[in-house]
Amino acid sequence: MISAAFDYHRPKSVSEAVKLLRKSKGSRLLAGGHSLLPMMKLRLAEPSLLIDLGAIAALRGIKKAGKSIVIGAMTTQHELLASALIARNIPILHEAALLIADPQVRYVGTLGGNIANGDPGNDMPAVMLALDATYRLAGPDKRRSVKARAFYKGTYDTALKAGEIVTAIEIPVTPKQGYAYEKLKRKIGDYATAATAVVVTLKAGKIATCSIALTNLGAKPLLAEAAAAQLIGRAPDDTAINAAAAEARKIMDPAHDTRGTPEYRVSVGGICVARALKRAIARAGA
Amino acid sequence: MAAVHIKLKINGQAVEGLCEPRTLLVHFIRDNLGLTGAHIGCETTHCGACTVDLDGKSVKSCTVLAVQAQGSSISTIEGMANADGTLGALQEGFRQMHGLQCGFCTPGMIMRAHRLLQENPNPTDDEVRFGISGNLCRCTGYQNIVKAIQHAAAKLRGEEYREAAE
Repeated sequence: MISAAFDYHRPKSVSEAVKLLRKSKGSRLLAGGHSLLPMMKLRLAEPSLLIDLGAIAALRGIKKAGKSIVIGAMTTQHELLASALIARNIPILHEAALLIADPQVRYVGTLGGNIANGDPGNDMPAVMLALDATYRLAGPDKRRSVKARAFYKGTYDTALKAGEIVTAIEIPVTPKQGYAYEKLKRKIGDYATAATAVVVTLKAGKIATCSIALTNLGAKPLLAEAAAAQLIGRAPDDTAINAAAAEARKIMDPAHDTRGTPEYRVSVGGICVARALKRAIARAGA
Repeated sequence: MAAVHIKLKINGQAVEGLCEPRTLLVHFIRDNLGLTGAHIGCETTHCGACTVDLDGKSVKSCTVLAVQAQGSSISTIEGMANADGTLGALQEGFRQMHGLQCGFCTPGMIMRAHRLLQENPNPTDDEVRFGISGNLCRCTGYQNIVKAIQHAAAKLRGEEYREAAE
């Protein structure tokens, strides 16, 4: 399968990439390419110009900046998994990255591509909602930042404006944070039938902070705010956890596809929430 | 859509060729370079038959553009034999442990296993299975593929592999 013909550029800097992106209406950015190239081969995408971000050194790397970790958008899932800094500070990224696709795809697939594509099946957006990450964007006029929680508008619809590029992802580090990414999938390499990201902190045996976010359970990644809010100040017992899962189910609106009926996916989505909460709470207590 | 001049190294040899930007790496390797070891299976990033080693990473060459590999160093199954022409450790392992039946997936399996063993020279069976989870085999049931990779791993560590093929 061969895609439609296109022009190809491999800029060396972000400003050059932004200029190219602005110049041609039919242009698309190429990160790892493991979502875009299959779409192009199926002729579901036919960009006239492909701007390969692979040679821009400024888009790579993982570093600590104050109380946050800043990850270059072109950092691959494999590089995330190899990072001791990530293991120490934001281990949920390791748990989630290991559940994405397969080894070959993880060598090439990038964090920036995963979060910016706007596919509700991608795993990292929900993780970023739970962690309250901030996306750094570069555009033709200026650089700006957008909270992950304000970034997703719908399927393949994000706050990115024409000519803008995600350059980095900034994630606050929270000490003693329990975490879990619980993903149900039909087979290894598959997108989620349902998945949940949870981060939680405890104080004196009660839940002090909690965020719950959902993958592939709606047209976009969802933050289950009411479900998390009702856990604050409560003892983390089964009653509280099951009530939170029931609350989270209320905002789930999954598609009917080969992964199951909406009823089934809402059912297992709630189970994912409960399991993720239990594992995150156990880790926060440790 | 002018043709692009690609220069890269494949199995240690400097090569070059002209191709369109839309040419997939697997087509460049097979059609321009004449190395047909990397197979085209599903063409949708699932099966792993087209796996090659690109700058120390296992990649599915049906989902990489040849232009993205500009200046890179690639290894394919054609580069896996020993310098004297005898079978490399992984090739020998697949032979001894009956790690193939029809053989279609084997070049991809071996290239993936090559990188896996570079990163983890002493894997458990579970780690081997997880490590080759991007490669599909419809013949063997994987049992003997895992043994073939363990056979090679043992040999590369200078140890003897004592298990028999299924």
